[in-house]
Order: sequence, then structure tokens, then C-alpha cells
Amino acid sequence: MQSNAALEYDYSLAKKFTFLTILFGILGMLVGTLIAAQMAFPELNYLLGEYGTFSRLRPIHTNTVIFGFTVSGIFATWFYLGQRVLKVSIAESKFLMVIGNIQFWLYFVGALAATISLLFGVSSSKEYAQYEWPFDIVVVIVWVLWGVGMMGLIGIRREKALYISVWYYLACFLGIAMLYLFNNMAIPTYFATEGLGSILNSVSMYSGTNDALVQWWYGHNAVAFGFTVPIVGMIYYFLPKESGQAIYSYKLSLLSFWGLMFVYLWAGSHHLLWSTVPDWMQTMGSAFSIVLILPSWGSAINMLLTMKGEWNQLTDNPLIKFMVLASTFYMLSTIEGPIQAIRSVNAIAHFTDWIPGHVHDGTLGWVTFMIMAAIFHMAPRMFKREIYSRKLMEAQFWLQTTAVVLYFTSMWIAGITQGMMWRAVDEYGNLMYSFIDTVTVLHPYYAIRALSGVMYFIGFLMFAWNIYKTMTAGKELTQEPQFRTPMA
Amino acid sequence: MFFHWLEKNPFFFAAAISIVISFAGLIEIVPNFAKAGKPLVDLKPRTVLELAGKHVYMKDNCQSCHSQMIRPFKSETDRYGDYSLSGEYAYDRPFLWGSKRTGPDLHRVGNYRTTDWHENHMMDPPAIVPGSIMPAYKHQFTNIADIETAYAEAVTVKNAFHTPYGPEFQRTRAAWDAHRPKVLADAKLIADDMRNKDVKEAVANGEVPEIVALIAYMNSLK
Repeated sequence: MQSNAALEYDYSLAKKFTFLTILFGILGMLVGTLIAAQMAFPELNYLLGEYGTFSRLRPIHTNTVIFGFTVSGIFATWFYLGQRVLKVSIAESKFLMVIGNIQFWLYFVGALAATISLLFGVSSSKEYAQYEWPFDIVVVIVWVLWGVGMMGLIGIRREKALYISVWYYLACFLGIAMLYLFNNMAIPTYFATEGLGSILNSVSMYSGTNDALVQWWYGHNAVAFGFTVPIVGMIYYFLPKESGQAIYSYKLSLLSFWGLMFVYLWAGSHHLLWSTVPDWMQTMGSAFSIVLILPSWGSAINMLLTMKGEWNQLTDNPLIKFMVLASTFYMLSTIEGPIQAIRSVNAIAHFTDWIPGHVHDGTLGWVTFMIMAAIFHMAPRMFKREIYSRKLMEAQFWLQTTAVVLYFTSMWIAGITQGMMWRAVDEYGNLMYSFIDTVTVLHPYYAIRALSGVMYFIGFLMFAWNIYKTMTAGKELTQEPQFRTPMA
Repeated sequence: MFFHWLEKNPFFFAAAISIVISFAGLIEIVPNFAKAGKPLVDLKPRTVLELAGKHVYMKDNCQSCHSQMIRPFKSETDRYGDYSLSGEYAYDRPFLWGSKRTGPDLHRVGNYRTTDWHENHMMDPPAIVPGSIMPAYKHQFTNIADIETAYAEAVTVKNAFHTPYGPEFQRTRAAWDAHRPKVLADAKLIADDMRNKDVKEAVANGEVPEIVALIAYMNSLK
């Protein structure tokens, strides 16, 4: 990778989306911590009257961390690294700048409005697709604007070959577009009648078992194309850039990319094992989930091997630590998922806390760690200042790592305990426990999980503070650092 | 090499991704679509009051903690009743299977819980089930359910998907005005089994509190 000092890149959009990443991160994680605490201490449900119950707040947590925090992070890193790997400044095209700014404002206002709508219970109720139809339309427009901007930048590029990261961002755009459109197909009832009832209500185009299939084809792959694909795209850029090492293997990148593209979407039906979905679909979901280990571990191993012979950087540079840990959690998460997709395991794991446990070792350990690492890498280059405090970064790393470990271990125990208790029978074959027994037994694990949430949230505030101080009080840099990010 | 060529041609690259990612949906979802949408022979669509209750269920997002999917295991059929069948969900738009059981499954809750049980439970869950971590939903006793929207939804699914609602379900406001007393009569049947004075009074005045619609929906889950 050669540096290209001759070209001045325009980071105004990357900066704006970085602010949103931090803002939505704080909001989404705050709500997440609150609802985790509610499960241990139910009195916390009554802080905001009707609007403060676990059930009302849970979609706000999920949607804000997905469509607020993660998507902002994807946009921020795209507007940073897109220019650099394509060797073109976005400011070279007025059109692309205008499109990018419209995308930003529409996204910001739309995301806030959609969050408020969920607070009022306006929800189409499909998981991670709760926004009602007017907000869906805003999401689609924002997404198309991003796509136009991306294609435009690719159109005026100087570097002819698309770098690996661009493959992943392109796939993220195409995948989410397809999934989101099909899953949210609905008819607004107000317009299908003579203006009867609420203008916001709509009814799904699919019913029952079909609706479930479409939903989990979406739900699973929103994870694929939102939480995996673009994050892999990030690490393919930021790890080599930060460490000064070339990617270990091009062939492995190729195999992992096309493997991931083909295999991931089949696995959606593993969310519906033992349901009324036909057996052969369930089996396909299970089988492809196991196959999915290959491309997932392919990327992760490619990243770890990139550090070959350079492991001393792990002790010198906390940023490398963030990224290596992210890869490691990615490996943990992508072996855990396939295990849960095995029918007999799923019979115990499904509907229990093991599932949120699995989700969070991926999202907290992999997605959020990688996005924070990316912002730590970008900040000195965007603001032309050193990272404010290395010590704070180290402290944050250990606090959050401990938090993730507490989170998933407590949820493993909680999930397996509950799954086993639901099915336990006495010597005469009668159920041993009433349902409430399986709830009260979980209290200590819920309390540990709430504690881990508080720790992770404090870590995120430390991150936000560090970035804020970097912007305002970091030592100014005269020259852009080539590899290792400078920090005080 | 093919991939090197592809990496220099973004259009074909994007086309290749699109083709590779669409296989799964086409093969897993499309062929079975008509069959999976079939209702049980005697399945009846929900009444307008029950639909309004389903909207309350979705508004307060009950499915974040309760499933409606009884899996074919003895431990589940012992606890909740017969395992669920695909045809039972044929009129459910959206499906509400849920993905987490913080509380018990509700697919057949109408078989073993009654109106007064729900009334007391929604007011103060731990008083009915000691140790419960479910919050109270007192606001459902004062908030008014949107039965007009429920009617609009019934008409929409009748016209768009041939859900078997009767000939009186029409797109017009006049048809809704004619149907409204039927909904209120259904609501009165529920309110008669309740103790709460304010709820009874509201129903007598032609309004349906959310709790009444929700209980009608819960009782229909069998």
C-alpha cells in the first residue's frame, strides 16, 4: 500500500457520519443497558409510564444500534476509505457532495423520527423491520442515495481495480436493498379503504408461515449484510493500514468473499427450526449454517495471519488490540451460530437467553470493537490531531472486553439452564417446573448481564470522550501518519 | 484471470453479487409459497375487535417476550397444548411467532386463561404470578383501541388476499358505520366479565379500551 500524499481527500461527510455513529451508539447502548437492567429489576419498567416498558423499548434498542449506530459507522467509514482506495476525492464531483449531504440529513432526521414512532408503539412488529411504511420509504431513499453516491465515486475512480473493501461495501448495499424491499412489502390500509383508520397502519403482503420465512430470510441476512459484510470490509482496510502489513492471502479473500455471498442467505431458516416451516427448508438452513463456518473463518484467519511475525504490535499499539480481538470474537460468534443451528442444540437454545448472548458476542465484541477501531484510526487523519489519550484507550479496551465476556457467559448459563428446565420431567414423565420457576432462577444471570451492560456503556462513553478530546485538544499533526496511529 | 477482470468492471461485479445472493431466496421461499399460505379447512379470520386487540399486542410489542409457536415436543405440548400447525396462521399478517420466551408461549392461551385472569394480570402481574418480571400494563385500561383501523385492515385483506370476511365488509365509511355496533356488542361481552368500572363505562359510551380488545384477542388464541 503506497501512501498518496498528492491527493487531498474531503472528509466532511466522513466526519458528519462519525458524529452520528457516536450519538446513536450512546443512545442505543443506553437503552440497551436499561432494558437489560429491567429484566433483573422489573421496577425499572416504570420510569417513563407507558413508554418505558421493556417491550416498548426493546425495538428502540435494536433499531438504534442497527440502523443508527452500525449503519452510521458503515457510512462514515465508506466516505473515508472509499475515496482512498478508489484514489479520488469526493469533492472532485459537486454532484456527489450534494447527494452525500442530502443522504446525511435525510438519514439523520429519518432515523430520529422513526425512533420516536417506535416509542409511540407505531410498529409493523417484524423484528429489526419494525418501522412502519412511511419510514420504510425514507430508509429506501437514503439507501438509494448512498448507492448512487457509491456508484458515482466508483465511476470517477483513478484506481481501476476495486480493492477488497469495496467488494464488501458494494455487497452490503445490494444485499440490504434486496432484503429490505422484499421483507417490508405491505399495503397501507388507509389508502386501500376510503381513508378509514390510521394513515400509518399497513398490512404485510405475506401471511403466517410465508411471512415468517421472508422475515427470517431478512432478519438473518440483515445481520449478514449489516453486521458482517461491511465490518469485514472495514477490517480489510484498517488492519493493513494500521499495521503496515499486506493482506496475508488474496486467494483466501476471494474464497471468503464469494463463499460468504453464496452461503449466507440460505441459513435464514435456522431461525425457524421445529416450527411449521417444511422440514427440508429447516434442514437446508442447518446444513448451510455449518458450511458458513468456512467463509467466516476464512476472513478471520486471513486477518490474523496478516499479523504474522508482527505480533509485537499487539503490545505496542492498542488499536491493533481492538482489531485482533474483534477478529477473535468474529470467530467465536461464527462457530457459536452454526452450533445453535444444529437441530438438537436448537431445541434447547431456541427462545432462550443463549440467543441474545450469541448476538451480543458478535455485536459488542466484533461489530462495535471494529467500528470504534476504525474511528480511532480515522480521527487523527480527519482532524489532523493525535489521539488524545492512549491510557484511556487501554482502560476502555479492558473494561469493555471484560463486559463482553461477562455478557455472553452469563447468557450461556441462563439460556441452557432455562432450556433444560423447560423440558425437565420427573420419574413419572410429568413436567418438573412451572414456567415461573424457570424465570426466577435466572435473576443472578440477568443481574450480571445488566452489570456488563453498564460496564460496556461506560467504556463507550470513554471512547466518545477520547474522540471529542482528540478533536478539540489533541496535539496537532503536521503530516498525515502513514501507518500507526499517533497517540499521546 | 476471471476475477481480476471482474474487479476492474464494477457493473459486472455488482451483477455477479446480485445473482449469487438471490439463489437462496428463490429456491427456499418461492416454490413452497402457495402451499405454505393455505388455511386450515375451518379457519375463521379474526373479528374486528380481535384484530384491534392484535394491534394492541403489536403496539406494546408483547412478542418481544412471548412466542406463539408450540414446537412438537412432549414438554411443550404438555405445557401449552397441541403443537402449532402452519394452516392456523394463514390469516396472520404479520405472523407473531416471536423469537424469545421471557414469558410463556401464548398460542393457545385462550384455552386456559379467562377474561378476569387477564384483567387482574395485566393490572399487576406479580400479584397473580409471584416472582413475575413482567411489567404492569395499566395504560391499556385507559387508552382507547383503534377499532376503525382494525376494520380498515379487515377490508384490505379481504380485497387484496381474499381473506373470507363477509359481504358487509366494504371500503366505505358507511359500511364501517354499519359495522361499528357489532364491534361494540362484542366489546360489551368482554367488559361484562370484567370488574373495572371505568372500562365498563367506556364501553357503554361507545368506546373500546385497549384492554378489552387485547383480551378479546387473547381469548381467540386457541
